[in-house]
Amino acid sequence: MTLPDDRRYSREHEWIRPEGDAGVIGLTRFAVDELGDIVYVELPAIGATLTQFASFGVVESVKAVSDLFAPASGVVLTVNEELRTRPELMNSDPHDAGWICRITLADSAELDALLEAPAYGELIGSE
Amino acid sequence: MARNALPPVRRGLPALLMDRSVPGRHASTLPVCDVPLSPLPPADLLRDDLPLPEVSEGELVRYFLHLSQLNYAVDTTFYPLGSCTMKYNPKWHDEVAGWPGFAQVHPLQPEATVQGTLRLLYQLQQFLSALTGLPAASLAPLAGAHGELAGMLIIKAYQRAHGQDQRDTILVPDTAHGTNPASAAMAGFKVVTVPSDAQGNVDLSALKDAMNERVAGLMLTLPNTLGLFEPNVLEVSRIIHEGGALFYGDGANFNALLGQVHVADLGVDVLHLNLHKTFSTPHGGGGPGAGPVLVREPIARHLPAPIVQVAEDGTFHLVTPESSIGRIGGFAGNFGVLLRAYCYIRSLGAAGLREVSEQAVLSANYLRVLLKDVLALPYERTCMHEAVFSAALLKAHDVRAHDIAKRLIDYGFHPPITYFPLIVPEALMIEPTETESKETLDAFTAALSSIVREAREQPEWLRSAPHGAPVARLDEARAARQPDLRWRPAAP
Amino acid sequence: MTYSPHTDADRVAMLEAIGVDSVDDLFADIPESVRATRFDIPSPLTEQEVRAELSRLAGRNRIPEVSFLGAGAYRRLIPAVVDEVVGRAEFATAYTPYQPEVSQGTLQATYEFQSLVCQLTGMEVANSGMYDGATALAEAALMSARITGRQRVVVLEGVSSAYREVLATYASGPDLVIDPIAPGSLPLDEGAACLVVQQPNFFGYLEDLRRCAEAAHAVGALLVVSADPISLGLLRPPGHYGADIVVGEGQALGNAISFGGPYVGLFACRQEHLRQMPGRIAGRTLDAEGNPGFVLTLQTREQHIRRERATSNICTSEQLVGLACTIYLAALGRTGLRQVAELCYQKAHYAAARIAALPGWRLPMEGIFFQEFVAVGPRPPAEVNAALLRQGIIGGLDIDGRIPNGMLLCFSELHSRHDIDRLVAALDSVGGE
Repeated sequence: MTLPDDRRYSREHEWIRPEGDAGVIGLTRFAVDELGDIVYVELPAIGATLTQFASFGVVESVKAVSDLFAPASGVVLTVNEELRTRPELMNSDPHDAGWICRITLADSAELDALLEAPAYGELIGSE
Repeated sequence: MARNALPPVRRGLPALLMDRSVPGRHASTLPVCDVPLSPLPPADLLRDDLPLPEVSEGELVRYFLHLSQLNYAVDTTFYPLGSCTMKYNPKWHDEVAGWPGFAQVHPLQPEATVQGTLRLLYQLQQFLSALTGLPAASLAPLAGAHGELAGMLIIKAYQRAHGQDQRDTILVPDTAHGTNPASAAMAGFKVVTVPSDAQGNVDLSALKDAMNERVAGLMLTLPNTLGLFEPNVLEVSRIIHEGGALFYGDGANFNALLGQVHVADLGVDVLHLNLHKTFSTPHGGGGPGAGPVLVREPIARHLPAPIVQVAEDGTFHLVTPESSIGRIGGFAGNFGVLLRAYCYIRSLGAAGLREVSEQAVLSANYLRVLLKDVLALPYERTCMHEAVFSAALLKAHDVRAHDIAKRLIDYGFHPPITYFPLIVPEALMIEPTETESKETLDAFTAALSSIVREAREQPEWLRSAPHGAPVARLDEARAARQPDLRWRPAAP
Repeated sequence: MTYSPHTDADRVAMLEAIGVDSVDDLFADIPESVRATRFDIPSPLTEQEVRAELSRLAGRNRIPEVSFLGAGAYRRLIPAVVDEVVGRAEFATAYTPYQPEVSQGTLQATYEFQSLVCQLTGMEVANSGMYDGATALAEAALMSARITGRQRVVVLEGVSSAYREVLATYASGPDLVIDPIAPGSLPLDEGAACLVVQQPNFFGYLEDLRRCAEAAHAVGALLVVSADPISLGLLRPPGHYGADIVVGEGQALGNAISFGGPYVGLFACRQEHLRQMPGRIAGRTLDAEGNPGFVLTLQTREQHIRRERATSNICTSEQLVGLACTIYLAALGRTGLRQVAELCYQKAHYAAARIAALPGWRLPMEGIFFQEFVAVGPRPPAEVNAALLRQGIIGGLDIDGRIPNGMLLCFSELHSRHDIDRLVAALDSVGGE
């Protein structure tokens, strides 16, 4: 499994890709594969404030529900509206078209608490 | 292909009622109006259209009988769903439940006119108390989880009545049915999960760590969902009672304990029973059931209303206990289910009920031994009414518990419960019940052995099973992503 | 007798296979100190003996030729086809359709049920049923609180007191506040999660649903309507007034009154609230070969997946009772249900006119009623009912506690003009005694 190295990863299997003052958040391929067919994503409201490592939504497969944990703190700028009608995008393209939301990066130092691609790869290799 | 398997035939599904509707057809005759007509309410209060199907009686019967033939059921097939106690249900119970002397009794008739019904309910309360050792019962809860909700509200009321308002937490082992944490949460409690140990018992040190002055009670399923009886139950009881909490017993699996033990002697303070399971009511495709709740004497004042009491003159009355949690259903319980339980207990007696649990446990252990080398047995010890196996070893062939379940259909068996309890990977939870013959259990074992062979030799055939059902494997992701939950007229 | 097929030889063979000497050994995990042998249960009887005993018990119930009791449980004409199909073992002895490929009968019938409930109530989605009408109403209030994030449930006084008691029991879990109000107290204060209305109300009269909907929505509350399903054969459905959740007691749709259960709660809501709906839902999908089929869906709302965060703890669905509703509605169809509803309305209005004309009797309420109404007589209802019973008639519900000398009478397609005339004559003679 190749992991993009343009972003950081959380131990809860979210990724965040910095874009200037903002960051794009999604779920890793490892996580979506574990969940199976994703059928519903509860997206955060635009303007909502996320706190690093706190739950901000849920993602559902046919027979499982999983919390989404914010990899960094910030205010939600946009959400991936396409997931409302095509949640399967998270299965088919979790690291790109299956992104969840874009937030302001309140404190870029928070990213230091996250893993880089090789370390995350090791983590999921051991799970 | 495997012997014994049904041929790969798909019968397909019949068209929906609304799609077979033809204006002018009907399947009922109604009396003509024999009173002078009054004006109807103003037109803006009336509906202008009533989109219900129009079919003839013959078509209606044929449609529903066609549907019925698409089901597996206990009366047609071995149906070993774990924790569901799919036993044979005596036919005469259904007949007497339909007697006008019971079925035509209105729940709000004056009590003097329903003494037969009230006497029966009173006696059933007594029978259930005798079987559990818990002296007070309310038959009002309408299902197992409804009994759990009542039980949780009782515990809340009891703790509050003792000035223990801070007790806002219920402990639930990780082997519990989902209804346990859901019922506790619905009653306003926080839920803390207690892990199991390597033998499948409650981890006693984890339980001790979890106990504190916030804990109102512990919910324990007896036997648990691994089909195992908690050998440390008296110690569990001691720990929670010393901590000021109550012991809630989930009696969903009471078929294993009938006539073996008074659960009150285990320390249980509050218990619900699933009468439709243990005491035999046809499960109806998912209901109805009945979930009476039983308690120790000091807790009886909190029972849900109504309960049946006998007055000094020998008459029976529906009463509300003095500090009742209140009414929990519209009337006095699911009488039709309660009546069947009464028949069951009355015709088996204490010795017969004990034979039920003996045979249920004997049959489950027989399957445990026959299947332990076919599938893996994660907890190698004597089980009670059901045995939980794991199909994890077949993952090497990319075959899952799910695939085995689907393939069993082709062999003419209803699959067991899969993927529960959650702590067993690739779980298959099998409850044979006392009413399935040795020949059936042997045939089921042969089928599973054959399927496990197929898993190694032709795994793809399992992954695409069932091959002999009315439909092929169904796309559940599609169902959830694009919910189609009701008929709609076709676009013109 | 037990229903176990095992012979002694079977048991010996099974014990040998297991490798234990006796069945008792299998119960060794139960502490020896608590193993019990004595249970105070009467000696077993044969089927014939139990039937005889039940026959005696049934004989102690009075089943009058004619009854005017309703108030939430209704005797009706039930086409024989309903019991015939519901009694089919393929439906009755199946269980929850966890394995859809061998449960298409149950699942398709459930989909039909959901469809008919939607069509009847004018709502967008429905579940496969709750325990009964009262618990469906309570669950609707809890659902409203979850959706709005508010804790106050406003209930019109016309909602049945039994239903309000069940609501209070359920509300004690999440500590919701129940606020009963008279219809005259509309509009609502801010902060209400929902307005709960019964239609027709407990006394048989129609509430002004348009006004209720406006009052609820003006403060961001949901409108919850508990509707009598037979009345919906005639009346504009709550969905057309903007109701957000519609519940109801399904018993009247083809099920015996059976001393209060088993019944089924109807539960329907608007599409936008689907994910907060409690209970089981069947959905249509495709199979691997592209053919339509049915499954249980949106199960992540339910307790077996979401556990303590589920929309409800409900697991049982009153599937077989719901099946009776489905068959009943299909048997009556578009014209039949309307006819039943009109018959109820006409019989009740004929009776009302005659009773109102009796000396000493009056109808204290104003407005439009459907099949029930309150009559106030010259003497306490208990006395009136006792006198009626002597003539083989079960009278109305004694509501003296709420309306002095008040009695709630119910009429249906089962009552002939002759039955009603007998009642009127009996009431007349009681009044004159």
